[in-house]
Amino acid sequence: MSQRTLFDKVWDLHTVGTLPSGQTQLFIGLHLIHEVTSPQAFAMLRERNLQVMFPDRTVATVDHIIPTDNQARPFADPMAEAMLQELEKNTAAYGIRFYNTGSGSQGIVHIIAPEQGLTQPGMTIACGDSHTSTHGAFGAIAFGIGTSQVRDVLASQTLALAKLKVRKVEVNGPLQPGVYAKDVVLHIIRKLGVKGGVGYAYEFAGTTFAAMSMEERMTVCNMAIEGGARCGYVNPDQITYDYLKGRDFAPKGDAWDQAVAWWDSLRSDADAVYDDVVVFNAADIAPTVTWGITPSQGIGVDESVPTPEEMPQDEQALAQEAYSYMDLQPGKPLAGTKIDVCFIGSCTNGRISDLREAAKIAQGHSVAPGVKAFVVPGSERVKQEAEAEGLDRVFAAAGFEWREPGCSMCLAMNPDRLEGRQISASSSNRNFKGRQGSASGRTLLMSPAMVAAAAITGKVTDVRELLQQ
Amino acid sequence: MVSEVKSVTGRGVPLVGNDVDTDRIIPARFLKCVTFDGLGEHAFADDRAQLNGEHPFDLPQYQGANILVVNGNFGCGSSREHAPQAIAKWGIQAIVGESFAEIFFGNCIALGVPCVMVTTEVAKTLQAQLQADPQSALTVDLEGMQVTCGDFVAPIAMNEGPRQMFVTGQWDATGQLVAQAENTRQVADRLPYIAWQAS
Repeated sequence: MSQRTLFDKVWDLHTVGTLPSGQTQLFIGLHLIHEVTSPQAFAMLRERNLQVMFPDRTVATVDHIIPTDNQARPFADPMAEAMLQELEKNTAAYGIRFYNTGSGSQGIVHIIAPEQGLTQPGMTIACGDSHTSTHGAFGAIAFGIGTSQVRDVLASQTLALAKLKVRKVEVNGPLQPGVYAKDVVLHIIRKLGVKGGVGYAYEFAGTTFAAMSMEERMTVCNMAIEGGARCGYVNPDQITYDYLKGRDFAPKGDAWDQAVAWWDSLRSDADAVYDDVVVFNAADIAPTVTWGITPSQGIGVDESVPTPEEMPQDEQALAQEAYSYMDLQPGKPLAGTKIDVCFIGSCTNGRISDLREAAKIAQGHSVAPGVKAFVVPGSERVKQEAEAEGLDRVFAAAGFEWREPGCSMCLAMNPDRLEGRQISASSSNRNFKGRQGSASGRTLLMSPAMVAAAAITGKVTDVRELLQQ
Repeated sequence: MVSEVKSVTGRGVPLVGNDVDTDRIIPARFLKCVTFDGLGEHAFADDRAQLNGEHPFDLPQYQGANILVVNGNFGCGSSREHAPQAIAKWGIQAIVGESFAEIFFGNCIALGVPCVMVTTEVAKTLQAQLQADPQSALTVDLEGMQVTCGDFVAPIAMNEGPRQMFVTGQWDATGQLVAQAENTRQVADRLPYIAWQAS
């Protein structure tokens, strides 16, 4: 069992007790909710006559179902409107803070909590969304939960959980130009597999993560779940504190100094014990693109789609399914594959730094004929910041649509979706069959810069070629 | 609410394939709802439409089955509880597989649906038997920790904590969690960030 890691320390500090089942009852410091996985939880509370125990420790926003072209109320989709109304009603009834559209602070739940300083080191954080692992970038223990567990957190501010093992995932060295945090995490998942992390928390360590900005660390932790790890985290450091200082909910005055001292004490000790350690070299990581139907089916953009002979036997059936669904040939290069739709956004890559990197590639170019390209900022604040910098005009001049904030075509619960067999270059996190709104639609995951490169060439392109121009 | 789940007996439905994600179990468009009612008919909606009546959930010989037999990493991806809800509302009361994604496994506990693990070989044998004879009597025994399918018997695995929750009827933890309110407040009082944020 792991010892003296940040995960162990935070787990112990939040332990209320041991349940008859042997599971830990864990206090949840911050609970985030949204319109898709919360309505049934509130209904269960009412059925059982339960109250919300700590209403001020839950924060709500609306992100999954909102349209990104026109957010005027009522929404054109009556079910989307009904879901938002349900959230408005529930948050009002229970006294829960709610960042609604037009509040200036609405956005994707995993983007707004960090940007407001709600997410802090040493917290336990839960949300009815698997990408809650994002918040681990701050040295929090953060994980996705189901709706019945949303009910449990509302009713008791705790969860019944079995402790995870801890795997240290170390990456060392500088990233090559054109290689981004997204490529790092796609590479890790490619190597460790989509179920490699089941039963583990991933501690991302090493000089590569130490050099990353908070937004880059969020991109990495966001996709820990795609590798099967329910949570991923980075130990807090000066970069974490510099990001947090002055944000709305960050500690102020004397409390700030106390906070930094406490956060420092939570870092994994030098002699911490891990259940497993894996080490990667950043120099081995190329701009990475998925070719299949799980996030581990990825390759460097300069590689060819792997043949069944190159992979372990237990992965071959899924690979056959992927070739057929994606209509890609094993042994053939992925670069040059024609793209129909380009999507920049999501909780993985919808932050200001993501939009800046994509805009650098788009600047002075035009979206290729026949390609639909759109940019969805992750929050109202990201949108405002991007517009203040003129990024919206860079994108518009290049032929990208500039949208309102939301989850959009990451999971296509709003009108943004693929049609028929369309193939997308997407900065999101999942390439599952049917994920982007068409039962036969196809998704290639890549960094926002790579998506921008695909948009202007109309095909899968090594962004390094454009950076050299 | 206490309802013991010591064993589940009935008929099985085999669903072959690794890494079946929750988007496939219930596509996102069916998440537009404020209750879980009616999700059962949409379980595996896109896969079923594509297979045009040939998906196990549509084949007449598996109608009325209550135990799902799957392969590795079942239920990966999104945390949506709509996925196990859809499967449960279709009629499934237990799932036997090589391995399960963690959030999915936890969601199933909350619904009182045990997910038990078997070896790759056993999963394949069970699936083959259910394909050859869909009427085979199938039992998942959480006390004896074995699965029986006709004459075939094999061990099953589940962590002791969740197993206890099922066999003692305490899989619905809400009551236990709420009962610890005083201890919970004490933990909250010890955590420094609670005060920082309130200030």
